[in-house]
Amino acid sequence: MSLSFDAAVDERGVDVALDVAEGETVALLGPNGAGKSTVLSVLAGHLVPDRGRVVLGDRVLTSQGRPGERRTQVPPHDRHVSLLAQEPLLFPHLSVLDNVAFGPRSTGASRSTSRETARQWLEEVGVADLAGRRPAEISGGQAQRAAVARALAATPSLMLLDEPMAALDVDVAPQLRQTLRRVLADRTVLLVTHDVLDALLLADRVVVLEDGAVVEQGPCAEVLSRPRSTFAARVAGLNMLRGVWRDGAVEVAYGGRSMRVEGIAAEPVPGEGEDAVAVFGPSAVSVFLEAPHGSPRNLVEVTVSDLEPHGGQVRVRAGSLSADVSVRAVSELDLAPGTRGYFVVKASEVAVYRTR
Amino acid sequence: MGVPRWLFVPALLGAAFVLLPLVAIVARTPWSRFLELITSESSREALALSLRTSATSTLICVLLGVPMAVVLARTSFRGQGVLRSLVLLPLVLPPVVGGIALLYTFGRRGLLGETFELLGLQVAFSTTAVVLAQTFVAMPFLVVSLEGALRSAGRRYEAVAASLGARPTTVFRRVTLPLVLPGLASGAVLAFARSLGEFGATITFAGSLQGITRTLPLEIYLRRETDAEAAVALSLVLVVVAVVVIGFARQGRSAV
Repeated sequence: MSLSFDAAVDERGVDVALDVAEGETVALLGPNGAGKSTVLSVLAGHLVPDRGRVVLGDRVLTSQGRPGERRTQVPPHDRHVSLLAQEPLLFPHLSVLDNVAFGPRSTGASRSTSRETARQWLEEVGVADLAGRRPAEISGGQAQRAAVARALAATPSLMLLDEPMAALDVDVAPQLRQTLRRVLADRTVLLVTHDVLDALLLADRVVVLEDGAVVEQGPCAEVLSRPRSTFAARVAGLNMLRGVWRDGAVEVAYGGRSMRVEGIAAEPVPGEGEDAVAVFGPSAVSVFLEAPHGSPRNLVEVTVSDLEPHGGQVRVRAGSLSADVSVRAVSELDLAPGTRGYFVVKASEVAVYRTR
Repeated sequence: MGVPRWLFVPALLGAAFVLLPLVAIVARTPWSRFLELITSESSREALALSLRTSATSTLICVLLGVPMAVVLARTSFRGQGVLRSLVLLPLVLPPVVGGIALLYTFGRRGLLGETFELLGLQVAFSTTAVVLAQTFVAMPFLVVSLEGALRSAGRRYEAVAASLGARPTTVFRRVTLPLVLPGLASGAVLAFARSLGEFGATITFAGSLQGITRTLPLEIYLRRETDAEAAVALSLVLVVVAVVVIGFARQGRSAV
């Protein structure tokens, strides 16, 4: 079923509108405190928004502060919205099987029918052999699989996933991600995540929240390759400079001074005086100690803040910008935190987008 | 982590202060007459009455205290803090004051006494009064320990259960109660123990009629005047019961 969400919670400074089409998985990205948990709480029915409307399929789940419309707040158990959190939260006093059977059993199915349903779902997520165990006797990854089975066995119209892989070991997460990819296909899902891989592999579309509002949305590949928000650029591992489009370049204030960044402007080309961003990958950046002369390139004066290994290279960080350079270049330039220098990037490597 | 050595001196002193009187009871127990003393008719009647009334009052504490603890732990409303303090008042109130309060509530001239009389019920100086007095003093023990268990269990499992489609009653029955069962058990055991030892409120509100309101603590107090050895023997019985109860309560807590 399709979801239409529009809600404002004044106390937390959140005002978000988003839609999830039937059978679509939308990833909700954003830094901590951006309002992701608030959106989930409103959807699950634990938080009543000051104003807003939540519609799932043809059912109004929440309607608050809308003149001429009856106030509606469907209680959590009657929303058909299942939540899979970071921790599995399997009921410790029930066997794995009875945990998964809990949903069907609570909504009126007989004991044997719900256990049959539970068995099928445990099979589906690959932990059928653990049915008789207690949650305390299985690993974190297994428990999270059982939690997936439990959420799906409740036949939700909407699945909420709140960083479902965040608490798992790195070697367990990929397998669970594959399982989720399979069982979530064709379901209506809202996935909150920090992990760009989750978004790329599980979601059809991403919505980016910053400071309680949607700052950009679109297909994953597009948002991550052409980010217009600082957060999306960071998760995509790209550098971004914000400024205003003037005379065919982005005028940027960086490190207390104003400079012009030239690049290739994507359609629609920004109008004079409009907000724009310049985006470029760390591998397009070269590092110099002295300002180079000659070829028309973009130049940013920086102070190195951090060095870290990155693939076979070294990632040089300077404030919010980063450059990938060879180990040899680092030793030749004698780069260390505190070194002053210049990040240099060719105009042909910079993409410029209009923002709103 | 190091404990200052001098701390052991007052600690041992405190332990001795608590344990020595128990040793004294054991030392003074007339072992040759022990069985005879604790199986005399009045002793047996008092013990049976104590167990019966304590079991009943524990049951009432559970039936009324569980909902009270849930409301205190899971909801918030104006004046909740004040209400919680008042509900826990019997914990610090002198039992004899509790007995007087009950007398003026359920007694013949009490607040509810006339209503009860119209229904043909006379509460004061009956076994019912014993149960009421015990319930009054024991209830806070159950509420405090269960409310603590509910708070530490948190609401996250309940939220998950609701998201799976379980109505509030189903959540309460299948998730909330099982999760706090150890806390409930230890609360009930404590309430039972407090009921069993109840003296002041009982003698004030229920009097001391053999077989009807004379519970074991009252029997011990009366016997002390006439037959000190019998009082000591019966005291030992209550000590043993108390030790068993503490064992149960500890087990319940370690299972959490």
